[in-house]
Amino acid sequence: MVRLRYFASLREALGTGEEQVELPGRIATVQQLTSWLQARGPHWQDALADPRLLTARNQSLVDRNAAVQDGDEIAWFPPVTGG
Amino acid sequence: MQTADFDPGVELEHLRTRCGGQAGAVVSFTGLVRDRNDGVQVSRMTLEHYPGMTEKVLGELAARAMSEWSLHGCILVHRIGPLAPNDRIVFVATAAAHRKDAFRACEFLIDELKTRAPLWKQEDTPAGTRWVGAPGSERG
Repeated sequence: MVRLRYFASLREALGTGEEQVELPGRIATVQQLTSWLQARGPHWQDALADPRLLTARNQSLVDRNAAVQDGDEIAWFPPVTGG
Repeated sequence: MQTADFDPGVELEHLRTRCGGQAGAVVSFTGLVRDRNDGVQVSRMTLEHYPGMTEKVLGELAARAMSEWSLHGCILVHRIGPLAPNDRIVFVATAAAHRKDAFRACEFLIDELKTRAPLWKQEDTPAGTRWVGAPGSERG
């Protein structure tokens, strides 16, 4: 299982902040996982298509080529605006 | 990370006490909620964060600042949840032997926090709620 997390405007667009999924065997990177989620439907397709979205693997920022393994926590979120 | 307000005076006194005479300079930055952003009136704001990752990022930034500027101590406080104009939102304080290191480390910490810590502002405006930085709004 992998834990998927979505924050801020992306969480609102998807209507969920968190889920656990069984990782299909062919998915090895964050980019492949993103594309797999986008295939769920039009609003997943659109919300995850924003090129400004950042991704984190196990709570560290990574690029889309980062590997994904069973047990990981992968997060997608818009550019940060704290401070 | 906390929803409650903080007292900059109390935080600074903790830092001063912890330094035990080694520091010659303490610099602090306090960020406040503005009542306008991007020309639009803001009546309230809500801060969301990524629990766990925020603490991790702030810990990494503090460790970098401590080693790069030979700090004797530093403090990072960030509030989450609902906030009103003029509320304190973020506090950074650094203690070093000399003022230049304390100033530079303080600026580094707030600049890096703003670009790396997973925090998001949502503003209440007369036209409705909006996420800061979302398409159609300027970055806060």
